[in-house]
Amino acid sequence: MNEPILSVARLGKAYRSYKSEWLRMLSWFGVSVGYSTEHWALRDVSLGVAAGEAVGIVGQNGAGKSTLLKLIAGTLSPSEGEVRARGRIAAILELGMGFNPEFSGRQNALHATGLMGIARDEVAHAMPEIESFAEIGEYFDQPLRTYSSGMQMRVAFAVATAFRPEVLIVDEALSVGDAYFQHKSFGRIRQFKEKGTALLFVTHGLADIRALCDRVVLLDRGRMVREGAPDEVVDYYNAMIAEREKTTVAVEQIRLGDGWLRTRSGTGEATLAELTLTDADSNQELKSVRVGERIVLTARIRVHDSIPRLVLGYMLRDRVGNLVWGTNTWHTGQVVENLHAGETVEYTLCFTCNLGPGSYSFSPALVSTDTHLERNYEWTDNALVFEVINTDKQYFVGTNWLDAGFQIRRDGSH
Amino acid sequence: MTIAPNLAGAWRYRQFILSSIRAEIRARFTRSRLGGLWMIVHPLAQAAVFALVLAEVMGARLSGLSSDRFAYALYLLSGMLAWSLFSELVTRCLTLFIDNGNLLKKMPFPRICLPLIVTGSALLNNVLLLIAIIVVFAFSGHVPSVHLVWMPALMLLTLAVGLGVGLLVGVFNVFVRDVGQVVPVVLQFGFWLAPIAYTPDIVPPTLRRLLYLNPMTPIVRGYQDVMLFGRAPDAAGLAWLTVVALVLLGAALVLFRRATPEMVDVL
Repeated sequence: MNEPILSVARLGKAYRSYKSEWLRMLSWFGVSVGYSTEHWALRDVSLGVAAGEAVGIVGQNGAGKSTLLKLIAGTLSPSEGEVRARGRIAAILELGMGFNPEFSGRQNALHATGLMGIARDEVAHAMPEIESFAEIGEYFDQPLRTYSSGMQMRVAFAVATAFRPEVLIVDEALSVGDAYFQHKSFGRIRQFKEKGTALLFVTHGLADIRALCDRVVLLDRGRMVREGAPDEVVDYYNAMIAEREKTTVAVEQIRLGDGWLRTRSGTGEATLAELTLTDADSNQELKSVRVGERIVLTARIRVHDSIPRLVLGYMLRDRVGNLVWGTNTWHTGQVVENLHAGETVEYTLCFTCNLGPGSYSFSPALVSTDTHLERNYEWTDNALVFEVINTDKQYFVGTNWLDAGFQIRRDGSH
Repeated sequence: MTIAPNLAGAWRYRQFILSSIRAEIRARFTRSRLGGLWMIVHPLAQAAVFALVLAEVMGARLSGLSSDRFAYALYLLSGMLAWSLFSELVTRCLTLFIDNGNLLKKMPFPRICLPLIVTGSALLNNVLLLIAIIVVFAFSGHVPSVHLVWMPALMLLTLAVGLGVGLLVGVFNVFVRDVGQVVPVVLQFGFWLAPIAYTPDIVPPTLRRLLYLNPMTPIVRGYQDVMLFGRAPDAAGLAWLTVVALVLLGAALVLFRRATPEMVDVL
């Protein structure tokens, strides 16, 4: 492990209120006045981020994510602890800060980089790059007020990332503009990371977290409750949300032998007794599946308590946690109603394995409606892990078998 | 801390300060026909109203002024030149941090930049107004005397007083919003508590000392001396005021510095 480029030690932020605001002002001058209430928005957070490492921060609203980012960015002052960074910290807490509608894109780029404390000659040097990254053509020299919001975001992002910082803090800013520009923004962030920028970002898109982060930190009510691999923390977080919404018995996590992490949570009125994958023709149980094979996924559910409705949902994910496919029996109109204790329900799912080679997992959820937020009986991440192997198709990569074929025609006589 | 007010930090951000001042000026010029002229027209129009109402309608005779029919208007303009710089600084600083709340929350930059931007644009406005007033003076046959060289010093003094008061009330206003309501009223009183629209001689001698509770009184007198009466200002009085202004400005900067860490918490 190399020396962290950003280190946060026992960081805390308290919001204090005083009987009178004049008393607060007295307190700056060494007069000891008691505050009437104190609210810790964040406490005891310690974190080190190495060069080239990306750390995601997840948590519900009010968990302290933004407070943490603002403390690191330096717009808020900590009540205790400290933030230390080697090199420049850049924060994109909101895109387009300091932009002036009467200025052109170019003038705004000068203005906003000035607000970032960057010298004019450096900016002049980077200007062609900013202009070409924003890709808004001649609008770059028109007043900002004539821009569409998408164009404003393009310029804002190009300006905010014109100079590679040692530490980059991003708050929800990656989902800007159209799909093309989003892709491009992601690319630039990745490039920074490869060149050694430490990344720290907050997003509600858990897929982004899985795709970009090496490590995830879960904040809850101002405390750091978990830190670890993205799949582990994100699954734990999902289970925690379910627990918040309804009473869940417990959240348990086991790391399986092959590296997959199984997270189970739920109230337990119905549980998964068995989950098997078999060949549709031979009925043989499978650990690995051939591309294009007809297979059957069978789940046996045991009901422990009377429940009004039961919905089974599946999520199929690849090795890095990308969602490949998912649905549930609510969407397919197959809700089972009025179940009694002691019953068992068997669900079979028949499909052709049109997946690319690699490791995949099924995560079943037993719930009462279309999401797990109303009643979550049992949710098991990565309950069944299987391998897809390519034995009889030509070589291909990706998560999908497309059954595509080339046709080649050559013309000309040379 | 990068955001703590310090001038060295602000120097790195000079580009931002300059272009913010430019943005304010541009905002005045774009999409309005008279553009920047408005900032000169306003005080001139106000002086015209005062001159009309007080001198012509109410027939006020201001002793100590020549019988020149422009004299009163010129007297008014001299005082208002000082007052407009002072009141612009105070009014702008009053809501400065509240208006820029989101910027303060989202961007780390030396906070001193904000009052520096206000200072720059207020000063620029005032210089333009000064030029306009000199032109008005010239039209009424008043050529400025050599004592005009005092003007930069007087302006700097006004700046120090205005910025000192402005920063104090601006910081207070972040924490106690009532300040924002009180200050404009106090400014109104302040205007009439300075010999801008009248000469001190018409004030009963017992009340005259009251005028000198207003730090703007010596400055306004200084402007009138330099602009209209063609004589050097009362150096002793101004020296004394300089001390007051520096103490005021120093206190404001200390308060500002102490307040900075907690300011964002309550915005």
